Parts: sequence; structure tokens; C-alpha cells
Amino acid sequence: MTDVKTYLREWAMPHVLCPGCAHGIVLRSFLESVDQLQLDRNKVAMVAGIGCSSRLVGYVDFCTLHGTHGRAPAFATGLKLARPELNVVVVTGDGDGLAIGGNHLIHAARRNIDMTVLMLNNSIYGMTGGQAAPTTPEGSVASTTPQGNTEPNFDACKLLIGAGASHVVRVLAANPLEMTKVMADAMTHPGFSFIEIISDCPEYFGRYNKVGGGAEMLSWMAVRDEGITIPLANKSFVKHVPSSAPPSGMKTGVLHREVRPVYAGVRGEQ
Amino acid sequence: MSTAQLIQGNEACVKGALAAGCSFYGGYPITPSSEIAEQMVRLLPKRGGVFIQMEDEIASLASVIGASLAGSKAMTATSGPGFSLMQEHIGYATMTEVPCVIVNVMRGGPSTGLPTSPSQGDVMQARWGTHGDHPAIVLAPASVGEVFDLTVKAFNLSERFRTPVILLYDEIIGHTRESVVLPDSVDITNRTHPDVAPEDFWPKEAPPAGVPPMPGFGDGYRFHVTGLTHDHRGFPTNDGDIAEALITRLHQKIETNLDEISEVETYMLDDAEIAIFAYGIVGRSAREAVIRAREAGIKAGLIRPLTIWPFPTAEVAAAAQQVDTMIVAEMNLGQLIGEVERAAAGATEIVSYLRVDGEPITPTVLLDLMMPGTGASS
Ligand SMILES: Cc1ncc(C[n+]2csc(CCOP(=O)(O)OP(=O)(O)O)c2C)c(N)n1
Ligand code: SF4
Ligand SMILES: [Mg+2]
Repeated sequence: MTDVKTYLREWAMPHVLCPGCAHGIVLRSFLESVDQLQLDRNKVAMVAGIGCSSRLVGYVDFCTLHGTHGRAPAFATGLKLARPELNVVVVTGDGDGLAIGGNHLIHAARRNIDMTVLMLNNSIYGMTGGQAAPTTPEGSVASTTPQGNTEPNFDACKLLIGAGASHVVRVLAANPLEMTKVMADAMTHPGFSFIEIISDCPEYFGRYNKVGGGAEMLSWMAVRDEGITIPLANKSFVKHVPSSAPPSGMKTGVLHREVRPVYAGVRGEQ
Repeated sequence: MSTAQLIQGNEACVKGALAAGCSFYGGYPITPSSEIAEQMVRLLPKRGGVFIQMEDEIASLASVIGASLAGSKAMTATSGPGFSLMQEHIGYATMTEVPCVIVNVMRGGPSTGLPTSPSQGDVMQARWGTHGDHPAIVLAPASVGEVFDLTVKAFNLSERFRTPVILLYDEIIGHTRESVVLPDSVDITNRTHPDVAPEDFWPKEAPPAGVPPMPGFGDGYRFHVTGLTHDHRGFPTNDGDIAEALITRLHQKIETNLDEISEVETYMLDDAEIAIFAYGIVGRSAREAVIRAREAGIKAGLIRPLTIWPFPTAEVAAAAQQVDTMIVAEMNLGQLIGEVERAAAGATEIVSYLRVDGEPITPTVLLDLMMPGTGASS
């Protein structure tokens, strides 16, 4: 295996992420998946919106487009249609992808454009200082929900399955090896792949909701997973795991997979 | 040898785009521009191009920018409400220096306004619609034939200067059928590709008023593109000096090349004592009014910019020095007139004729304004 560092633009360091932020773990898993597939770096295009998660694309040695807030799937659609040989990967956040950019996301899914979307869900708007997102759980504190969120949050995977995404997966940033596998799998799927990655934001979500720093948040995240609650909840691999972690019964793994025609625009015979 | 054909302005736009080498169209339907999309979907695939109807105008221009970054010449077309939605990405394309062409077939506004009526209400939005300090290139054809020519020019300028170019015309020009003879071939400008090896390449390396070379994604050059203020590496920075240098360069690459960009038609202006300043469809009525005024013994002339932004300050200032009166006619409540006044700097009397009822400005009303005894010619 190649050292993943060789995929980074080391000249662009230091990066903007806070210490303990799981977004960095996600990036490493992604680079490992690219390495596993031995993709030609010149043919990998990463397209992002705006947010801490979206900033990841600045640090990788591919063709990278840091676009506008929420619009990454639309930029990526034009890119893919104009250059079908590119491996197009969208990086978005829960605010970027589900609030301002929800419309673009569902239409790219409906069309089944051949791209992979990594949505880093940390249940909050990290970049702008911890405001509530459409994914902020009811009762959770954000800077715009000081008394606890009173809006219902929605389930991104259900939304994407409904919109027609042909491959939908949920995975935890607490599970990096699984992330790598899932990402490599998604990139080889012909059509629109959506990966919801449960990431975190210790700086705002963690602090406001008193669930600790990076390590604690990863543990907290893991015990919310329906599949691994029992073994992990009993395993104290990080000290101070909050015992009050909500058993939200979140399903992880492949939630939907089908093969259906990929849309590539109205074009002539190739 | 080409023969005459009877086509709409919107069809001429499509033909111009194809002649210029357009290979990607992303759009969202809106009257009075939809014929452009409807023709594109039929013609583009036959030429090896790609068409997509996007979910809205924000996405349309995003897809166009994505395609352009992949090396295509790309365009979209819309009208007022959609043009408002495109402003975010007009700014993005300006900052990232991604060539693209945006057509706005103007209708009455604000809001959904008068969907099937002509207007020139978006002249200032075309200049200042997106946020921040930015340059703008906006072309305003006055006939079906000119739509063809200026569509080609729009693509060429966007490639030459790596900037979005806006083609602004109104519902009348979009829908009127005229007999035109189109050229068999046109001069085409393509973006410059880097002449350095990928490992020596920085995407925004350019002299002060220069235009950096641009490879496509997938060409073997791996680089970053961001709407954040960035350095020569294309990487975000908060350095004030770099920010100022970038914004200054974005302006100067346009302002120091006005000879390539600016086009102004004058008609019978040499000895004129009274001039009409008009653009787009109003320019045609104005020309007719000038002909009739000359027949009536009035020394009338016309100044008609085809490039409305950058505003032709020098040409208007020179005309203002010469004439006693300048009539500014617009299908809005006075948008370019402010620029005319600024350029004229008090050298001539300025009279306005403005109209927002969705009806065209006729030669007769402009002629009446010039007849002895009216305010304009007394
Ligand atoms: C049009 C627009 N509106 C608002 C913003 C401000 N903004 C920047 S990032 C962001 C939220 C990002 O949240 P998310 O996508 O969840 O990313 P995270 O930082 O949490 O990874 C907002 C609201 C913007 N850049 N553009
Ligand atoms: S603000 Fe939150 S999401 Fe952003 S880098 Fe810091 S910890 Fe991560
Ligand atoms: Mg977030």
C-alpha cells in the first residue's frame, strides 16, 4: 500500500480542521480507498460545497473543485457529463447537502449520475460556529437552539433512497476500515452512490451537548449504531464514554443497492 | 455560399453558439428564452455535445461551470427570474476564471413580472447582480443577425479572458423572425493551455493584468479551484495584499483590453447636433428615427453600444462634447442613463425617454422628441 501522505498536497498544510474532528479520519479512509482501487490520480475529480467537510478537497492531490454552498452535485453533474472518464466524488456536509443543497442532491440521485457522494454528517453547521442543521437531533443544543432543538430532523438515507439513489450506505467515522471498504465499493458501483458518514464536531456539537472531545464523540457515535451497540457499548475502549449515549438505533451498512441505467445527459452516439 | 434563412433571435443564438464551438448546454426552461434550450437539445448531440435540463438556474450555471472546467465551451440561457438565481455562480465563475456564456432574454420585472413582454430591466443586474467587486462583460444585440455575431463574440471573449460573458437581449429580439445570411465559418478563440509540465504548473499564475492558462480537469494537471480568495496556487488565503492583487487583476485583464471587447456603433453622428443613445431593440427604433429626422432636416445621429459593459465612457464623452442634446431611450426606468450622465459630465443636455409598460419604443416617439418645439430640440 502506498503511503496515503503521497495523496496529500503537503504544501497546503496546515489544514483548517480542529483537533479531534473526525472529518480527517474520513479523508484518510477515502485516500485508502482510492489507493486500493489504484485509480489514476489525474482522473479523480473531487467536488465540494462549503463547510468544514467540504474544505477537505483542498488538501488532496487530485482535480479539486471547492464550489458554492450546497451546489456540489450540480457542478459535479456538468463535470461528469463533459468528461465521462473522470471518477467524480462529491464531498458535502449535512448542512451543505441537506439544507441549502437538498434539491441538487436529490436530482443527481434521481438521474443516477455516475458519481459518489460522501456526506459527512456531524449533526451541525461546524464551519459557521455550531448552528442547528436539518440533522440536529431533537433536543440537541446548537448555537441557534440554545434550549434544545425543537424541529424534527430527517433521515438522509431514506431521502436518498426515495429520490432514486442506486446505492445508499451509512457508515461511522468511528469505523475507518469499514469506511475504506464502503467507499471503494461505492466508487465501483455504476451510478449514483450516496454514503452518509456519521462524523462529528467536537468543537461545537460536542461542547454544546457535553459529549466530550474527539475520542469521546467517536465512542458516543458507535453506541448509537443499531448493529454494534451491544458489543461496543460494553467495551470501554475510551475512558469517560458517556453512559447517557442515546440508543438511537441508527442502521449502518448498505441500505439500498440496485443497478439501473446511468444518466449521462442527452448526447450523440459515442 | 450561405443562403438567406428566416429565423428567430433565439435560434440565431443557438447557431452562433454552435459556430463558436459550444459543446455543453445546461438550462432550465423560462419564457422568453426556452427556444434556445429546445433547439440545443436537438442540435447539440449531433455535434458531439451534451445537453441537460437541470433542476433550477442555480444548478444550470453550476453544471455549465463544471463542464467548462472539464474543457468544454458551455452555456446556459434564461430570463429575469432565472437570471436572479444565477448571480451566485456568475460571481463564482468570475472569481475562479471559468469561461462560460449566459444568455438573458429580458422580460418585464421585477419578480415574474411580464413573462411575454420585452424589457431592458436587467441592465444593472447584469453589471452588479452578483456580490463583491467584479468586472462584467455584457453584450446587447439589436437584431437577429447581431444575436448570431455577438453569441460568437461572447464565447470568444469568455475563452480569451476566462470570464463569464452575458448576452442580454429582450423578448422582441428573441422571438422576432428575420431573414439573415449567416457566415459559413467564424473566427474562433480558444482558452490558452499551459505550456509548462504539470509539476511546474500553478493554476492562477499570471502577470498583473494577465489571463492564466487553463487546462481541463482530466488533462493531467491536478489543481484546486475555489471561490475563496486565493493565491497563485489556487489555494485560499486571507492575505490582504494577495486579495487586492487578485481582484485588481480580474478587473485589469478586462479594462486594459477594451479594444478587443468594446463595440459601439455610430450612425450619422459626425455632424449631428442631437444624438440618441440607445442599445438593443431600442437602437433599431432609434436608427429609424434618425433617418426620418434627417429627412426632416434635423441633424440627428445615433450612438449605440453593442458592448454595454464595460460602459463605453470615452465614446459617449466624445459624442457629448459634440451634440447639443442627447436623448437616452431605454425600456426601463433609467438604468444606463446614469452612466451616460457620468460620461457626459455636463457637456450636453440629456433628455430621457423611458418606458416600462411592456411595449416597444417606436421610431415615431423618438422622432417626435427631436422635432422642433419639443423639449429635446428647442
Ligand atoms: C449561500 C451561503 N449561505 C451561507 C453560507 C455560510 N455557510 C458556510 S458553511 C455553512 C454550513 C456548513 O455546514 P455543513 O455542511 O454541515 O458542514 P460542516 O462545517 O458541519 O462540516 C454555512 C451555513 C455560505 N457560505 N453560503
Ligand atoms: S468546527 Fe467542528 S466540524 Fe469544523 S473542523 Fe472543527 S470540529 Fe470539525
Ligand atoms: Mg455539518
